[in-house]
Amino acid sequence: MTDATLLTKPAHELAAMLRAGEITSEELTRAHLEQIEALNPTLNAFLAVDADGALATARAIDARRAAGEELGPLAGVPIAVKDNFCTRDLPTTCGSRMLEGWVPPYDATIITRLRDAGLVILGKTNMDEFAMGSSTETSAFGPTRNPWDIDRIPGGSGGGSSAAVAGFLAPLAVGSDTGGSIRQPGAVTGTVGVKPTYGGVSRFGVVAMASSLDQPGPVARTVLDAALLHEVMAGHDPRDSTSIDRPVPALADAARLRDVRGMRVGVVKELGGEGYDVAVEARFLEAVELLKEAGAEVIEVSCPHFTYALSAYYLIHPAEVSSNLARFDAMRYGMRCGDDGTNGAEAVTSITRGEGFGREVKRRLIIGTHALSSGYHDQYYGSAQKVRTLVARDFDAAFELCDVLVSPTTPTVAFKLGERMNDPLAMYKADLCTIPSNLAGNASASFPVGVSDEGLPIGLQVMAPPLADDRLYRIGGWLEAVLEETWGGPLLQQMKPLPETKAVFA
Amino acid sequence: MTEILDYDDVLESFDPAIGLEVHVELSTASKMFCGCSTTFGAEPNSQTCPVCLGLPGSLPVVNAKAVESAIRIGLALNCQIAPWGRFARKNYFYPDMTKNFQTSQYDEPIAHDGWVDLEVEGEMFRIEVERAHMEEDAGKLTHVGTSGRIHGAEYSLLDYNRAGTPLIEIVTRPILGTGAKAPQVAKAYVSHLRDLMRALKVSDVRMEHGSLRCDANISLAHKGAQELGIRTETKNVNSLRSVERAITFEMRRQGALLLDGGRVKQETRHFDEATGTTRSGRSKEEAQDYRYFAEPDLVPIAPSAEWIEELRATLPEQPVARRKRLATEWDADELAMRDIVAVGAMDMIEETVAAGAPPQAARKWWVGELARRANEGGVELEELPITPRDVAEVCALVVSGELNDKLARQVFEGVLAGEGSAREVVDARGLAIVSDDGALKEAVDKAIAANPDVAARIRDGKHQAIGALIGQVMKAMRGQADAGRVRELVLEELG
Repeated sequence: MTDATLLTKPAHELAAMLRAGEITSEELTRAHLEQIEALNPTLNAFLAVDADGALATARAIDARRAAGEELGPLAGVPIAVKDNFCTRDLPTTCGSRMLEGWVPPYDATIITRLRDAGLVILGKTNMDEFAMGSSTETSAFGPTRNPWDIDRIPGGSGGGSSAAVAGFLAPLAVGSDTGGSIRQPGAVTGTVGVKPTYGGVSRFGVVAMASSLDQPGPVARTVLDAALLHEVMAGHDPRDSTSIDRPVPALADAARLRDVRGMRVGVVKELGGEGYDVAVEARFLEAVELLKEAGAEVIEVSCPHFTYALSAYYLIHPAEVSSNLARFDAMRYGMRCGDDGTNGAEAVTSITRGEGFGREVKRRLIIGTHALSSGYHDQYYGSAQKVRTLVARDFDAAFELCDVLVSPTTPTVAFKLGERMNDPLAMYKADLCTIPSNLAGNASASFPVGVSDEGLPIGLQVMAPPLADDRLYRIGGWLEAVLEETWGGPLLQQMKPLPETKAVFA
Repeated sequence: MTEILDYDDVLESFDPAIGLEVHVELSTASKMFCGCSTTFGAEPNSQTCPVCLGLPGSLPVVNAKAVESAIRIGLALNCQIAPWGRFARKNYFYPDMTKNFQTSQYDEPIAHDGWVDLEVEGEMFRIEVERAHMEEDAGKLTHVGTSGRIHGAEYSLLDYNRAGTPLIEIVTRPILGTGAKAPQVAKAYVSHLRDLMRALKVSDVRMEHGSLRCDANISLAHKGAQELGIRTETKNVNSLRSVERAITFEMRRQGALLLDGGRVKQETRHFDEATGTTRSGRSKEEAQDYRYFAEPDLVPIAPSAEWIEELRATLPEQPVARRKRLATEWDADELAMRDIVAVGAMDMIEETVAAGAPPQAARKWWVGELARRANEGGVELEELPITPRDVAEVCALVVSGELNDKLARQVFEGVLAGEGSAREVVDARGLAIVSDDGALKEAVDKAIAANPDVAARIRDGKHQAIGALIGQVMKAMRGQADAGRVRELVLEELG
């Protein structure tokens, strides 16, 4: 019988226990597999679980440790992987029928790095189809549910990863953030989600949605855990031309610093007000007050073009999507429909795309194709690129005055399943605050700052200049320590345990 | 049957405008955006990886060698080199494109605004080069069925070995004012590009392998008209001769159509080598919308001014200048130079002469004996297993009198058969000329004894009969006799 409190411990504590020989990776992995077995039928966080592979990896790590081998700081710790990272031994579906059952012949760079660092991959987590959505409801394999309230969404597109981490099915996860897909799920599940500086983490092997916006990043329950995972993931990859060849700042050290004195913190005027939940604004302002009390210099800044960021995003993003998803043509891999001998290649492609893609994907393919088409290109895609430049300039100007910027992560708490499925604009607004950092490519994160009156988690977004990802962790690490003191423990302890859960707080 | 007009009648009423788009496959070791080999002729789909197969998640990385080649080509075409430029995605669905977009350059080509001067039958023409840009090649489709074409095919096979091979596309501005010489000017231009790519060593420019491909845009305008006519784009023009034939045919076809009051349809046409005609391909009236946008997976190409100058310093002599220089150095007339170019012997002759051979002899062996052997073996001259140094060695042995031409041919045969260097073959086969009087005298005496009639005629002063005796002696000595000495000995005996 394994210790049930293992499941609620942060990854860095588990890593320390593994190092000290108090537990084995096999034991830890088995505990998580049991929790997955118990809760996944309810949450639908995992699309594929690799029990045999995970246990084999865990045993191999245990053996290496027993042999006295020097292992990485997270070696032996289990991890969940969003289903858009290519994995050689596991299907990679991107939440789409189009890729159902497809097993890539290669590993994403990040997967290789996780393996090299001795992390134990438990399985692949659910996501909005090809990462298009803010609720994980567009997945072809059913929605993921929020462990705080199973009638509510876990955020998206990385809802499977956030639900897995918040529900103690995995201590860590990797996600990808194109418009908020790591941060918004983090906010609505009370977990930590970080979108690194664009180019900070390799995209090679991450199935592209919008290449100029996509950025893989860590999902965790604590700030230090996220920093340790981020350090495993980060660093130049010669197979990704947009990967930055510069030293990665010391992230875990920043998370441990717990001091924000003298930091200049900018409150973005445009990210708040109408459309924001009262509780979201209240928790945000409380956090800002705490920053002041701790000796940070808080100033209000204006980023006037952030107002247009969402509109620009919904032209640039679908434009790139329409091109990136063109490769799903039923010729060489994935789904194929209509190949009954009467249809030519073109018809088979057309029929397959008609059946294989869901509504949201089709909506964006149509928008993107239109935005790039001759006669409309300048007016849509061209104008959007100009707005993108202006958003980046707003950031540049604000970072002249501030070390970091803050805002709510998302305007509301987790909404109900189905609530926004017929209102795409309402769905898109979930990413109102997170999109500017994808357009500009700077670093950004979401940290838990409390709950609403109905007991649903709320997140604070911190934005830092490109390559200054350490500042996110400095704010986050301090904030977490201060808040956990007032809460008397981690925020997730306030979550009503699901009936089937095996996780217990010590 | 397509109506065609007499060529002279076309020129009476119309001025042709031609535009050429030439694709050059670069001979880099690896592909444009991945590390796969570009070797021609490998097992289908054996030279592929997630990147050139366009698998989900894969990302391109630019081949620096291809960029270097592109810049050198641009410089050799007198182009401006862009200090900053991006790749673009050209979006269209076709099974030979694994990603269903081609990574190409669109409005930011790496080289632009160049020119080429050509001499055609004594007249000078300047061809303006609009641009030279980098792109990736598509896979190869083979349509299986009786037609051999996509229409009527039972199924199609795809080989992605070629997918992602680096290409440079060189586009001219409309070439005007060539009149009757339009087809020859086009041919001369493509031929010039081929020589240039060879000199730059950036491509093997084998038209028969598709490593140099030409699309020809042709239009006719009524004489004196200000505007260009409607053009057709003829593809599948895969040899120098085809360039000339395809343009000639299109001019005659369009001329007939226009004189008849018809209108040229803007379309892609395919050249048929067998019949020398063109036939309609897909219509371009409804132009494809490629929805170009800057490739977000690649960073911009920004060659420094220093690098460009470094590359400029590596440019070889321009082919026209080189040809002129070598013609003078070798004392070769235009016809001889044409033969040399035709068999692709320019480099080898130059190296052979550099290794000490007389130009006359070097030319003779490469254009004659060795070109013949290459032709028989179905290989290019430079693929023969013989070096210019070997040929120079043979030439030296002929000069010193150790070999005659007949023996030299046997030496070449030995070298080509892998028996070693020229010297080694001479030694191993014992091929040196015999000028030892003892052995020769014996053979001469035998020949005289065996041919009393011939000997009698020579004694009577009919010296032209000596040839027959020399032939006998040579035969007896397996060709290794010094013919000059044999002649002297015969005359000593009978003279």
